[in-house]
Amino acid sequence: VSEFSSGFWDLYIALVTLVSIVACAVFLKSQSVRKVGAQSATTGHTWDEDLAEYNNPLPLWWSWMFYITIVFSLAYLVLYPGLGSWRGTLGWSQIGQLKEEQQQADKQFGPLYRKFAATEVEALLKSPEALAIGQKLFLNNCAQCHASDGAGSRGFPNLTAGAWQWGGDAKTIKATITDGRTGVMPPFGAALGEQDVKNVAQYVRSLSGLTADAIRVALGKEIYQKTCVACLGADGKGNPALGAPNLTDQNWLHGSAEPVIIETITKGRNSQMPAHKAVLDEAKIHLLTAYVLSLSK
Amino acid sequence: VKLDDAPALEERSLYEVREKIYPRAVRGWFAASRWALVWATQLVFYGGAWLTWNDRQAVLFDIARSKFYLFGLVFWPQDVIYLTVLLIISALALFLFTAVAGRLWCGYACPQTVYTEIFLWIERVIEGDRNARMRLDKGEISANKILRKSAKHGIWLLLSLWTGITFVGYFTPIRELVSSTPGAWETFWALFYGFATYGNAGWMREQVCKYMCPYARFQSAMFDKDTLVITYDRARGEPRGKGAGKGDCVDCGICVQVCPTGIDIRDGLQYECIGCAACIDGCDQVMERVGRPLKLIRYATTHAMEGKRTRILRPRVLVYSAILGAITVALAASLWLRVPLKVDVIRDRAAIAREVDGGLIENVYRLQLMNTTEQARAFDINVTGLPGILVWGENITGVPAAETRMVPVRVRVDAATAPGSHPIEFTVRALGVQGVEVREGAVFIVR
Repeated sequence: VSEFSSGFWDLYIALVTLVSIVACAVFLKSQSVRKVGAQSATTGHTWDEDLAEYNNPLPLWWSWMFYITIVFSLAYLVLYPGLGSWRGTLGWSQIGQLKEEQQQADKQFGPLYRKFAATEVEALLKSPEALAIGQKLFLNNCAQCHASDGAGSRGFPNLTAGAWQWGGDAKTIKATITDGRTGVMPPFGAALGEQDVKNVAQYVRSLSGLTADAIRVALGKEIYQKTCVACLGADGKGNPALGAPNLTDQNWLHGSAEPVIIETITKGRNSQMPAHKAVLDEAKIHLLTAYVLSLSK
Repeated sequence: VKLDDAPALEERSLYEVREKIYPRAVRGWFAASRWALVWATQLVFYGGAWLTWNDRQAVLFDIARSKFYLFGLVFWPQDVIYLTVLLIISALALFLFTAVAGRLWCGYACPQTVYTEIFLWIERVIEGDRNARMRLDKGEISANKILRKSAKHGIWLLLSLWTGITFVGYFTPIRELVSSTPGAWETFWALFYGFATYGNAGWMREQVCKYMCPYARFQSAMFDKDTLVITYDRARGEPRGKGAGKGDCVDCGICVQVCPTGIDIRDGLQYECIGCAACIDGCDQVMERVGRPLKLIRYATTHAMEGKRTRILRPRVLVYSAILGAITVALAASLWLRVPLKVDVIRDRAAIAREVDGGLIENVYRLQLMNTTEQARAFDINVTGLPGILVWGENITGVPAAETRMVPVRVRVDAATAPGSHPIEFTVRALGVQGVEVREGAVFIVR
């Protein structure tokens, strides 16, 4: 790694650059004149025994353009980074330019975003302009998982159904987008054993009115009331504070088929909604909150 | 070879100081033609920016919003193919004209020629013709010289500035440009283009053609022995001079004096010759005065000069014409039949397929609708390709004038549909307008 931490290579690059520039100047100078016979109208260069070229001189300013590029390159290397580790007298950097462009964009769009940020989410729901911006933000940042229509897919919640695992008020949705969520269903396969898992699965199906084996439902209910009740509640309506889903409605994050429920109980589930505060600023999250809410209205 | 037999060597520069050329004024048919083209091109250029269409500038290249307006047509970035075709047509037209009659473009229509002609006219009005200008340049600095030079450069600069402003006026609406404080970039480009005009037409002139223009150098590849080029009739003219036993050329040198690139056409075809035909006009003036037949210098082919048959309609010309005609017709037809609606279908990738109420299978797509007209329109979205396939929910979308909308669309099919991927087709139709319909293929995945 020493070749990256020592200053030698910076000096080496700087030296190679400067020597190349000086060499260009020397080369230009040496190629501006030719020694030819007094009577000759050619450039004095003969190829393949007898091929020669007439001297059709270029205008003098043409050679000056070459020298100007040399002066330009030296001035550039003084002003901008490029010569080894020299930072340039203008203090230009890529990050600096990005920041400048971001400031420019903020100047242009900032007032609009600030106006929306100061408006209640309820009012934004009635503003087509705000929802149109919200939709663009959604399509760029959320649709990869939640689908373009917001209806999600297996493992990714449906935002259009009005069923909210973590709570469906504006404040909570905003917190979900900002800080993300980690939904954990612990695995119970080892603790319960195959038969009891199957019984609980039948009971869970019965909660939302799906077909289930009555005997297994009764057996499953007993286990449910001991093992699952802490998170999912005695009535199976879940607990938004923990992100525990409502088992009595028709919304299934991973699927309602028996093998899927058995898999969920046996192996548990780990679901992640990533935090977006590093990606989107508050005003954008505010607009997104309104758009997400509008999906189920 | 012994060393003292070698010839004495001397240093020769490969660069030289340019010698200024003072083209003499000339009158005649070709000069008049050139002036006609100067007027035609410059009326279009200076005037075109001021035309209005649909309450906007008729010809406007709005780069910031990626829209090119050309009277009733609006071009989007997706239409770049038209620009490509236009460039191909321009190139082929150049090849065709060059094969038939040499550097017609250079001599009559190239901006370098056109602006040089205008600048030369201003120069001539203020400083006089060739001899007066040479005298003025050689003379000591005087009040007269300072006055004339500064008047010339002042007018040149004003005209250049106006040219620069007009040029930028095709990118930023020219009425806004002149009625308010222009932005930093508008100012930069107006000054840049203006300076280029001033520098190229005022100072660089023939050097642009001789040293900078690539077309000047590859034109010879399009010449053949049936190409009309400006030719001095050596057989008729030589031996040049006055008196008995001499040819028609009186060696007055007018052909050299009128030449904007400073060559002697009597030396034959040279790469510097831009085909402006000033020498033809000049020579004809003299031939008329001395009572000899005109056209000692004329447009002639190598074959004609050799006394052989000239074939203007030869394979090269016919092939160029055929391709040019075909592409031009194709472009016109394509523009005429253009549907002012563009549709892109993007299938949701993360969510492959989902099962919804009633056992239906749903796929989600994003339809990008680009309304390329200048009126707001409503579009009706339908889908075909599978039994029972339909767009679920709202399938009518409004798109404002010249805007783009992303529309999430849910498509549902019966659960009995075979697993795998199936080709389907979206049909987007403008409501209340005949013939605005786009079909776009997509794929429906069941499992």
